[in-house]
Amino acid sequence: MNTISYLLLLVFSEGGEKSGSPLDVNPGVILWTVVTFVLLLLILKKIAWKPILNSLSERENFIKDSLEKADKAQKDAEKLLAENKVNLSKAEEDAQKIIEQGREFAEKLKTQILEESKIQARKMIVDATSEIERKNSEAFIKLKDQVADIAVNAAEKILRETLDKDKQVKLVNKYLDDMKN
Amino acid sequence: MWIYNPNTVADTIKTALEVRGKQDTGWIMHHVLDSRELDFTPFGVIHLPEIHLFGIDISITKHVVFMWLALVILVVTFLYVARTYKKSLVPRGVTNLTEVLIVFVRDEIVKPTIGKGYEIFLPYLLTVFFFILTCNFLGLIPYGSTATSNIAVTATLATISFIVIQVGGMMKNGVFGYLKGLVPHGIPLWLLPIMIPVELLGLFTKPFALAVRLFANMTAGHIVILSLLGLIFILHTYFVAPVSVSFTLFIFFLEILVALIQAYIFTMLSSLFIGMAVHQEH
Repeated sequence: MNTISYLLLLVFSEGGEKSGSPLDVNPGVILWTVVTFVLLLLILKKIAWKPILNSLSERENFIKDSLEKADKAQKDAEKLLAENKVNLSKAEEDAQKIIEQGREFAEKLKTQILEESKIQARKMIVDATSEIERKNSEAFIKLKDQVADIAVNAAEKILRETLDKDKQVKLVNKYLDDMKN
Repeated sequence: MWIYNPNTVADTIKTALEVRGKQDTGWIMHHVLDSRELDFTPFGVIHLPEIHLFGIDISITKHVVFMWLALVILVVTFLYVARTYKKSLVPRGVTNLTEVLIVFVRDEIVKPTIGKGYEIFLPYLLTVFFFILTCNFLGLIPYGSTATSNIAVTATLATISFIVIQVGGMMKNGVFGYLKGLVPHGIPLWLLPIMIPVELLGLFTKPFALAVRLFANMTAGHIVILSLLGLIFILHTYFVAPVSVSFTLFIFFLEILVALIQAYIFTMLSSLFIGMAVHQEH
């Protein structure tokens, strides 16, 4: 009995009026805790959590939007770049085509001019030839006339001097020499 | 114990009680327990007013004062923080610190444990987290006192959590649906007389564990620190002081960690229980 009473004294001596136990529950503290906590919850909900959480989600949305926008802009830029590339190659092709056409045209022009000039040259040659021929025949006719004249003249003189053969030969030779000169 | 002579045991206890009379360890309890005064020795002692209402003692105590201090600190801080968000969406300074904690509570605690519809519970859980965190840290500053090392405070916080858990569950599933959902699906009928009391008990053990865990963790660190320092006076030598002080420093760092962890755990478990009450199918 003695033991048990001492044991009880040891266990509960700390729970006495003077020092108190950590497991003592003070109803006043409960009340104040409820009041304080509920007040804190209401105040913070109004002044802090609502604006802060709104700002946070606003910022998150802003970042998300910005990323999406950037993504879209990049895609657009890539598309534009590809389009530009296509346009550029097309333009180059066009330029090449134009140059090709120009070259072809020049070639054609060249051959045409060459052809024309050849024709003209040939024509000129033909003209010249015919002119020469004409002149030739003209000269020949003149010569023929002159030869005829000379022959007639010679014949006249021969006829006038119908003497000896010697004389005739001399005469003929003399005329021939004259003609040579 | 019974193998000894009862008289020997009685003698031992008697001696122990006598020794305790001489070497009082009440000063440890004096630092840990609630009191009616703010002890600023050697600058003086402030006696707090006694208030009685309807026969109940609702005097302001040390822990109540420190809870109010936590309230003032939190309100002032968040008033400032909320204002900085109005100026710019880019956090700076104190805002950075609070934002890390807020985003941590939202994304790491509340979102994964409650899931869909977590927004309703977010203000409560954020408040609980910051209130407990601030109270815990107030106990670590000189002349401070840990309100969360008072079982009345932690029990009240746990009770509020309990109410939030039950109301949250009933709001989502309806009162009858929630109570029905407490018992797991597909249980044989004859098991119900066992399962119903077990589940009902389970409802109350959760907040009980919350209260005791927070209270014990916040009390234990202080008692260990005070005991280590008390070694100097019990052993009556200064040579133990370096050991005591270095161990105290270590425990103090541990207490900083515990202050954070306990705030996290209380919030985490409350959130988890809310999630379990709201989504009963899991």
